[in-house]
Amino acid sequence: MTKDDIRDCFLEELVKVAPDIDPETVQPDAHLQDDLGLDSMDILNLVTALHARLGIDIPEKSYPEIATPARAVDWIALTLG
Amino acid sequence: MGLFTMPSLGADMEAGQLVEWLVAPGDVVRRGDVVAVVETQKGAIEVETFEAGTVQRLIATIGQDLPVGAPMALILAEDEAAPPDLPAAALPAATLDNDAKQAPPPADLPVRKAGADGAAASPAARARAHALGIDLSQITGQGPDGAILLADVEASALSATKPAKTPRGDIRPGPGTEMRRAIAAAMTRSKQTIPHVYLSQTIDIQDVMDRLNGWNAQRPPAERILPGAVFLRATARAAVDVPQINGHWVDDGFAPAQTVNLGVAIALRGGGLVAPAMMSVETLTLPQVMAGMRDLVTRARAGRLRASEMTKGTLTLSSLGETGAEAMTGVIFPPQVALVGIGAPHVRPWVVGRTVKPRVLITLTVSADHRALDGRLVSRFIAAFETHLHSPEEP
Repeated sequence: MTKDDIRDCFLEELVKVAPDIDPETVQPDAHLQDDLGLDSMDILNLVTALHARLGIDIPEKSYPEIATPARAVDWIALTLG
Repeated sequence: MGLFTMPSLGADMEAGQLVEWLVAPGDVVRRGDVVAVVETQKGAIEVETFEAGTVQRLIATIGQDLPVGAPMALILAEDEAAPPDLPAAALPAATLDNDAKQAPPPADLPVRKAGADGAAASPAARARAHALGIDLSQITGQGPDGAILLADVEASALSATKPAKTPRGDIRPGPGTEMRRAIAAAMTRSKQTIPHVYLSQTIDIQDVMDRLNGWNAQRPPAERILPGAVFLRATARAAVDVPQINGHWVDDGFAPAQTVNLGVAIALRGGGLVAPAMMSVETLTLPQVMAGMRDLVTRARAGRLRASEMTKGTLTLSSLGETGAEAMTGVIFPPQVALVGIGAPHVRPWVVGRTVKPRVLITLTVSADHRALDGRLVSRFIAAFETHLHSPEEP
């Protein structure tokens, strides 16, 4: 899976959790909670969706690693190997 | 059951628009089945039937604006006869939709003649204008004898919200405007009619956070539990201990509820707020409360809440989530008599034994209707909440 694939996948699941977000306008360094307004339930739903889709388990203590799309893509790529 | 009518989904609701039928003539429905989707000020709501039977006929059509109580469908139980006063084709004028321009209202339900405000208008137009805050005397009616019809009000609202020139070019009412009006009406009524009294308590939840961290670390995301679910359960159990806080204020008296249907205040992305109720929370385990909360939030975001959830709340919890301000003094949702507000958890210095330690704290503030509750009872509720919060059940 390339980083582009992971980015597409991440944005797809993000938009499912928050349907009002336009994936075209999401900046790579946008903070999911501070800039995009996701709350703790949204983050949990996103993590659950990524777990179901990619098989990666993001523990709570690693949530800061996926705080922005750019960081999330890097972290997921590293985790998937 | 006979006629299935537009339900009232809150004291301030006057009308709703039918956007989808989920049944067709010939379908058998059971009690609690969702039969239609109605667009209201609070978003799209799924409306259930409370009687079993077979759908005989759909009376209302998609897109139609229907005042509360308007007939929508005929649903008959076995061997049940249709009510004799069933409107054949003649819907009351109040239920006419945008075709009203072409169709004169039935003779037996005349358009109301000029009233105190000097305008002749159909009941639906009046209800809509009232909801939108539009002065009927400023509208030119296109109906018979210049009567104002629903479509005229809609057109007026549209032109009023689309000024020819907007100073900054980007100021326009968003989709949340209707909901904003609904919130404004409910909250204004609450503050004008309910004498609020407030009691607060700072609570150390370090043990709760430690327990949750331990539980969640060993489980996949789908089974994790958020602090909000723990607060919901503790609130419900405390309401069982102090039942005077759980119910409705009606007709100058308190009517206690038999179950704790806990309203969960959910901020909608893009603005606005809904507080659908989770039923009988006092009977649920923590994982069940978490699943219920997840389901409510997901459906609130998707605009798929049910009519019963909008009307059956007996107490509301408003929790600010895991980031944000440390305390909130909320406004009670009438006819409920209390609202439990919980600020975001923060790490603060706290005295444990004889030493000061950094601990995760929350501030709980109960807004109570002083007509129904006194400070002593609210204090007991808060003490019970604290006890249940720290009860070492799962997790």
